[in-house]
Amino acid sequence: MNVCSLRIDDRALTVAAGTSLLLAARRAGIVIPSLCHLDGLTPVGACRLCLVEVDTAGPLAACVTAAAEGMRVRTDTPLLRDIRRSLVEMLFSEGNHTCAVCIADGDCELQTMALRVGMDHNRLPGRFPSRTVDLSHPLFGLDHNRCILCTRCVRVCDEVEGAHVWDVGWRGERCRIIAGLDQPWGAVDSCSHCGKCVEVCPTGALFHKGSCGGDHPSHPERLAALLRGRRRQQGPP
Amino acid sequence: MNTEQRLRLATVWLSGCSGCHMAFLDLDAWLLELATWAEVVYSPVASDRKVYPDDVDVALVEGAVANDDNLALLLQVRQRTRVLVSFGDCAIHTNVSGLRNPLGAADAVLQRSYLQLADGSGQCPHAPGLLPELRTPVLPLHALVPVDVYLPGCPPDPARIRAVLEALRRGELPRP
Repeated sequence: MNVCSLRIDDRALTVAAGTSLLLAARRAGIVIPSLCHLDGLTPVGACRLCLVEVDTAGPLAACVTAAAEGMRVRTDTPLLRDIRRSLVEMLFSEGNHTCAVCIADGDCELQTMALRVGMDHNRLPGRFPSRTVDLSHPLFGLDHNRCILCTRCVRVCDEVEGAHVWDVGWRGERCRIIAGLDQPWGAVDSCSHCGKCVEVCPTGALFHKGSCGGDHPSHPERLAALLRGRRRQQGPP
Repeated sequence: MNTEQRLRLATVWLSGCSGCHMAFLDLDAWLLELATWAEVVYSPVASDRKVYPDDVDVALVEGAVANDDNLALLLQVRQRTRVLVSFGDCAIHTNVSGLRNPLGAADAVLQRSYLQLADGSGQCPHAPGLLPELRTPVLPLHALVPVDVYLPGCPPDPARIRAVLEALRRGELPRP
């Protein structure tokens, strides 16, 4: 096996060539913050929370940067802490994240991240955009106010379920998740009603219609279990 | 902060549901201890005083700034208070009070509440000089005045309110 040696936060380790810095750090017991990353899905570097300082370059997203021989990586510096808090503040400013009236209050990765980065208030002004809620699906709902565009739903539907219901439409401040060709979710025939997108959503953007506050059945860990089961069924790789 | 005399404490209620004040009252028996080292000089739940006094040591300010009265009182509080605590999610993030912000002007909310959902006899309240004018957008405190301490939560946990007050008594400014 082709391997490389590197240092992450003064810990020396050897990993298989091509391993992302995020996974390499995890192997060294260092958990780098992230919101868009989910084990089992192709990393995209959407949220930028996993930025790390690499001696050979500026801050890089650890989920999409491969470990290289001799690399020196810092995962927790004053600069990175400031960047991470600013990123979370921008996410809160960009959408309408009113935790007190959110279905995911207390079970939300964005909320947990805000605590982790020490965001006791938002230094940026809120944009309070006018966004819609799609309740056309018989089982699930999509609240664009809560969406942070991590694209977990897009990737899980395409890569794991194989239905490719979701895409990212429009650009800039109008950027949003779209179903089908920007149709109401309920009108998209390719949706198999599997609910994987709901289970991996880090916030309250995707939800079961039957649930109410404090009852948000988000289970991103189930994806890893599903993929493990599939690999076992297919036999040894 | 004055260590000889009791701490001059105020609590202020802007545009919020009073839940933060209820959480403060949930400190129950500890409020008796608080009273031994703090004097409540202004509060909707613990004082009859109508005018915000001078020379306040600590003010817990609940609620966002959603109307002209809120703004006038907040400016007064800032001028007359040493440590201003942004108390709860409405004060910090506008929270439920700010749900009308994406709708644009406050008129959309008034129309919806007083006309569209009325049973036919509805009318929009209009009493200049008596009812304060609604402001757009609803803003958190720190967008308008300098804030010294942020105490988040909807409502903040009573134990956290107590921890903040005890830290302020010691002359510390709690940080996350």
